[in-house]
Amino acid sequence: MRASRILAATAAVLAAATALAGLPGEAEARTLRWARSGDALTLDPHAQNEGPTAAVNHHIYETLVARDPKGALIPGLATAWRILPTDPTIWEFTLREGVTFHDGAPFTADDVVFSLNRALQPTSDYKGLLTSVDGVSKAGATTVHVKTKGPNPLLPNNLTNMFMMNKAWSEKNNVAKVQDFKSKEENFAVRNANGTGPFVLVSREPDVKTVMKRNDGYWGKSATVPLEVSEIVYTPIKADATRIAALLSGEVDFVQDVPVQDIERLKSTPNLRVTTGPENRTIFLGMDVGSADLKSDSVQGKNPFADKRVRQAMNMAINRAAIQRVVMRGQSVPTGVIMPPFVNGWTPDLDKAPAPDVARAKALLAEAGYGAGFQVTLNCPNDRYVNDEGICQAVVGMMGQIGIKVNLVSQSKTLHFPLVQKNPPETEFYLVGWGVPTFDSEYIFSFMYHTRDAKFGSWNALRYANADLDRKIESLSSEVDAQKRNATIAEIWKTVQEETLYLPIHHQTLAYAMTSSLDIPVDPENQPKLKYVVFKSM
Amino acid sequence: MIAFLVRRVIQAVGVFLAVGIIAFSMFRFVGDPVNQIVSIDTPYEERVKLRASLGLDDPIPLQIARYIGRAATGDFGISYQFRQPVSALFAERLPATLELAFCASVFAMVFGIVLGVVAALRRGTALAGTLETVSLLGISLPTFLIGILLIYVFSETLRWLPSFGRGDVVRIGGWTTGFLTWSGLKALVLPSITLGLFQMTLVMRLVRAEMLEVLRTDYIRFARARGLKTRAIHFGHALKNTLIPVITIAGLQLGSVIAFSIITETVFQWPGMGFLFLQAVQNVDIPIMAAYLLLVAFIFVVINLSVDLLYTAVDPRITISGGRAT
Repeated sequence: MRASRILAATAAVLAAATALAGLPGEAEARTLRWARSGDALTLDPHAQNEGPTAAVNHHIYETLVARDPKGALIPGLATAWRILPTDPTIWEFTLREGVTFHDGAPFTADDVVFSLNRALQPTSDYKGLLTSVDGVSKAGATTVHVKTKGPNPLLPNNLTNMFMMNKAWSEKNNVAKVQDFKSKEENFAVRNANGTGPFVLVSREPDVKTVMKRNDGYWGKSATVPLEVSEIVYTPIKADATRIAALLSGEVDFVQDVPVQDIERLKSTPNLRVTTGPENRTIFLGMDVGSADLKSDSVQGKNPFADKRVRQAMNMAINRAAIQRVVMRGQSVPTGVIMPPFVNGWTPDLDKAPAPDVARAKALLAEAGYGAGFQVTLNCPNDRYVNDEGICQAVVGMMGQIGIKVNLVSQSKTLHFPLVQKNPPETEFYLVGWGVPTFDSEYIFSFMYHTRDAKFGSWNALRYANADLDRKIESLSSEVDAQKRNATIAEIWKTVQEETLYLPIHHQTLAYAMTSSLDIPVDPENQPKLKYVVFKSM
Repeated sequence: MIAFLVRRVIQAVGVFLAVGIIAFSMFRFVGDPVNQIVSIDTPYEERVKLRASLGLDDPIPLQIARYIGRAATGDFGISYQFRQPVSALFAERLPATLELAFCASVFAMVFGIVLGVVAALRRGTALAGTLETVSLLGISLPTFLIGILLIYVFSETLRWLPSFGRGDVVRIGGWTTGFLTWSGLKALVLPSITLGLFQMTLVMRLVRAEMLEVLRTDYIRFARARGLKTRAIHFGHALKNTLIPVITIAGLQLGSVIAFSIITETVFQWPGMGFLFLQAVQNVDIPIMAAYLLLVAFIFVVINLSVDLLYTAVDPRITISGGRAT
């Protein structure tokens, strides 16, 4: 009896051991050292709506609605969501059960109400994505209702970066409010965190490193989310050369923000892998089409940009393939529309870039009465997008070919963007890039094409005003019928493309470099999610 | 002596005021901080409101007065980027900068003096010629290039030393030190050389020139005539007398090593104040920029004062009340 019991116990242990051995990665400790150019500014999930900050927070905190690595909406902390059939202004979210925060507290409807209200505070940087929200209420143990000021079919798209905090933890640590500039104390949430995410914060030293360990009780572990990484060491390395050297010397395993000139060298290095893919961001030129006269040009009493033929000629003068080949070293996707391919409303037809045609462009200019050309000033940032200044220099040359003499003013983003945003704008010809966090055309329309007023068009420095178009754009935010809505989107694109209001250049591509035991695809929002990582045997 | 110190303190206040005024009148040209604070989809109205609440629309003199008034009570404001008190951010990063500056200065002084003496005593030999050439390179190569070259050789190719960061640090009270761990010491090597190389070549050339001059003076000839040992003449008499200008230069250079380690810290991702400042400039983080400039002014005032006081210790002929103070 006794012997058999020992035997049985031994067998059980052996079985357990083999089971463990059969699942590599299950018990193995695997650290992934991750570097990119900037650090998260804070761990407070609602204080900064900014790339690296959200990328780090996505590992610790989670959202109701999430995006998979391809950008498609998937359930996060909410398992389902719908507009109430009885009231189109209420979105109902059904919450996932059995989820706990890192401190052990269960995830509840109260936490959702608390977190969304926190994101709505005046000091929150996410309130811009929630302007349509009228109120948040608990409708049951696992149900939350979000009331909007009018029907808002796109609300879930706006929640993919809206992180959920624990109400009790926040109140206990006095972080129910987002840090504001008046306070003299540092908010506890700036370097402490309690989320439901796949990784638990271990330590945080700003600009040095942030260490996270695997959350072994993570609800979302599955075949597609293997959670093989047991520890993440995140180190910001600002200098490009140092960051690449750290990868080459084996001090880090995975690097973002790879400079385009290093991609070929890294690709040819043994034991390294480079992945590339399009980012959710398009680079384009805008110009003043509305003013009666331009200040920076050589034409008196007239605005050449107001003439559609001039804009079409300029669009034809840009040799996008040459910019891609020479300036971007192949790392871009030339386009004819200011909309990244992930966005609802995108079609291959819209995306087709016009072929460069200098002869026809010259003819069009002559037809418009500018056969002798003219002179304008182009404003360009030099530290915001990949090779932004190089793109502008190329454009200067290409415009020169059709007789438009362009003076280039390139300066830091801190000086460039205010020119576009000031009211009235202080630039007449400028380069900007635009990403679409909601993955829907409406976001582009309301910021880039809608007439500039208190609510809309804050990035529209075109001085373009079209009341009919504005009405259509505004109708998108409350149209619940998807088919009708998409038809309106197509209509708007048709109008603005015909007008040639912006001169699209390309979609920006991203490159990640890593050791060959990893294969991390480029994330369209540049927020790699390491819970998906699978280690390959070398 | 007390009158001298009082005069110095009054001068220092003047320096701070001047730095504050110049800094604030220049911040207008750095760009718009509001643009860096809020997310891109913030409407125009909100931006205007935030700008007003930060007091950025007020006239420059009012902004300066308000800032200096608060700074006098030790309140340097909240960083726009990090939303943390600037004083806390500085306290956190000061140890990294000071340890790096200390190591760089020790490296510069030790190697500078030794190599300078060698170059002076072995004048005309191949060794001295080589040292001369190397020192020219050290003076003319830009810091970031030296840093990247060192990283390429010692991190990427040989893999001996880390390319970035401070390694493991030990926390003692409010101070973090890299001196107590092996990885911390290893991490100090490349940045210290990068930061100290310019200083080292400067000291070396200075020591060499001074030494050559001193060796030609009468008292050295008399010492030789008296039959003193060469060693005693070189190190007891000649070297000692070359050190006065070296102390001045080294003192002033220590200030610039602390204040302008910006490039080195950025190349090596060294979590010090220079790195913080560079990021602040890129993001128009006015509270950090203003406090940093005041701190730099403070460091220079203190160092100048110490150098003046040190003079009297090294050379008894100089007296402070004699109006020698500059």
